[in-house]
Amino acid sequence: MDVQAIRQQFPILNQEVNGHPLVYLDSSATSQKPLPVIEALDAYYREDNSNVHRGVHTLGTRATEKYEGAREKVRRFINASSTAEVIFTRGTTTSINTVAYSYARSNMKSGDEILITPMEHHSNIIPWQQAAKATGATLNYLPLQPDGTIDLDDVRQAITDSTKLVAVAHVSNVLGTINPVKEIAQIAHQHGAVLLVDGAQGAPHIKVDVQDMDCDFYAFSGHKMCGPTGIGVLYGKREHLEAMEPVEFGGEMIDFVNLYDSTWKELPWKFEGGTPIIAGAIGLGAAIDFLNEVGMENIAAHEHRLADYAMEKMRTIDGITIYGPEKRAALVTFNLDDVHPHDASTALDAEGIAVRAGHHCAQPLMKWLNVTATARASFYLYNTEEDIDRLVDGLLKTKEYFGDVF
Amino acid sequence: MSFSNLDTLYRKVIMDHYKNPRNKGTVDGNALTVDMNNPTCGDRIQLQLQVKDGIVKDAKFDGEGCSISMSSASMMTQAIKGKPIHEALNMSKMFSDMMLGEDVDTEEADFGDIEALQGVSQFPARIKCATLAWKAMEKGVHDMQ
Repeated sequence: MDVQAIRQQFPILNQEVNGHPLVYLDSSATSQKPLPVIEALDAYYREDNSNVHRGVHTLGTRATEKYEGAREKVRRFINASSTAEVIFTRGTTTSINTVAYSYARSNMKSGDEILITPMEHHSNIIPWQQAAKATGATLNYLPLQPDGTIDLDDVRQAITDSTKLVAVAHVSNVLGTINPVKEIAQIAHQHGAVLLVDGAQGAPHIKVDVQDMDCDFYAFSGHKMCGPTGIGVLYGKREHLEAMEPVEFGGEMIDFVNLYDSTWKELPWKFEGGTPIIAGAIGLGAAIDFLNEVGMENIAAHEHRLADYAMEKMRTIDGITIYGPEKRAALVTFNLDDVHPHDASTALDAEGIAVRAGHHCAQPLMKWLNVTATARASFYLYNTEEDIDRLVDGLLKTKEYFGDVF
Repeated sequence: MSFSNLDTLYRKVIMDHYKNPRNKGTVDGNALTVDMNNPTCGDRIQLQLQVKDGIVKDAKFDGEGCSISMSSASMMTQAIKGKPIHEALNMSKMFSDMMLGEDVDTEEADFGDIEALQGVSQFPARIKCATLAWKAMEKGVHDMQ
């Protein structure tokens, strides 16, 4: 994998920030966009823009073909058995909320249990809090190991016949933990529960095969995998989606509308109310083509090297605390002694280095870690060892600045 | 820009308030308590105000956050103590203006150490850190009225 050639595809990386070449280490928040994605959006609006599934005219047909073509690309990317199982949404949050509103509310009652983990993003916590309140179900948390991993024995203990739904991150956006979702799916199914996997940090980095994983739902966002913002995917097993009610009504999703009653389109369109996110889906399709061309295995191997390198180098910094397990995805969450992460982030920005600081939309996990905030450096296919050297150098300077100047 | 430009933001007086916060703790006796947080970053402050006859008799804070949010809270409590409420609110307004980069007469505002936070206006991502304590004060006064 030629990282320098890949970097050429990302024009945004070729700039100076505060007088230094930009080092972008915030891809877990959102990834940068390669030329083929930017050009696909541009070409769509220049040449094909039209509403889908209705115009008999040529542009309408072209837009529809591109939109549905993107769906087929997603299907292959995650190896779903049918495009009926691939629903375009606004992003991971909307995908999870769709399941929480539709599936959870019609399949749960008082006495039932929902099981999640303390490492979830708010978007995989709050929909279940709300679903629990609405149905009388109980929301339970799986314990974590001290290094922030899940022990399958705990999963076997926690999932009972009362458990109706398990929701877990494929990859933690803070700890970098890669969770054993396939094994969790197996245990959940033994008890008749369904598994939703929050794939926001999974799909961009790891080859996903939803049939092999055997999850019931898999949610992810386009913008974290080189695609545009505002587009995401909800994969669901057909049997579940067929039985589920739509959550948005009107526009694209209708079949027949009578004065007092209406019927819905078939899958996947019954979940796509309004005019769909046409350009976004086409952009996501272009992102998938791009990722496939580089190769998801190559990306994973590159990120693995970067994660190892970052851990090795960052660990040498005096007074650094690194959170999460040894075996991790390509991100490192950390704190420097006596420097608040916001201050560290501002100092790094002065050196042209972009990292995230704060609670990372994971306040329960911050509580579990017993911190209020952390800093996070996250890597993607366009990052290099030199980026990590710059980060380490910036952190040493930051320590010196806050340690000595004052 | 390099680290030397950071000095615009991190003035010595700010770091002094961060490391040796004034008025940290709780007010003795009756006081109004306001909790406020910055949902985007997790900073949180608990502010206690004791107001008698329209005058801020005591102000204390507790909380967790970055050097900007905590030093600003320290300076704010120092500044409003002994002031009539309307003056405290006026200072808050002038502080907001200063954060927006407007030219504020810091002497007329009786800002004292607060003047050191002027540089925050050049770091838009950090303005909310600086205004957190002031927003808490405003909410406290609002709740009182």
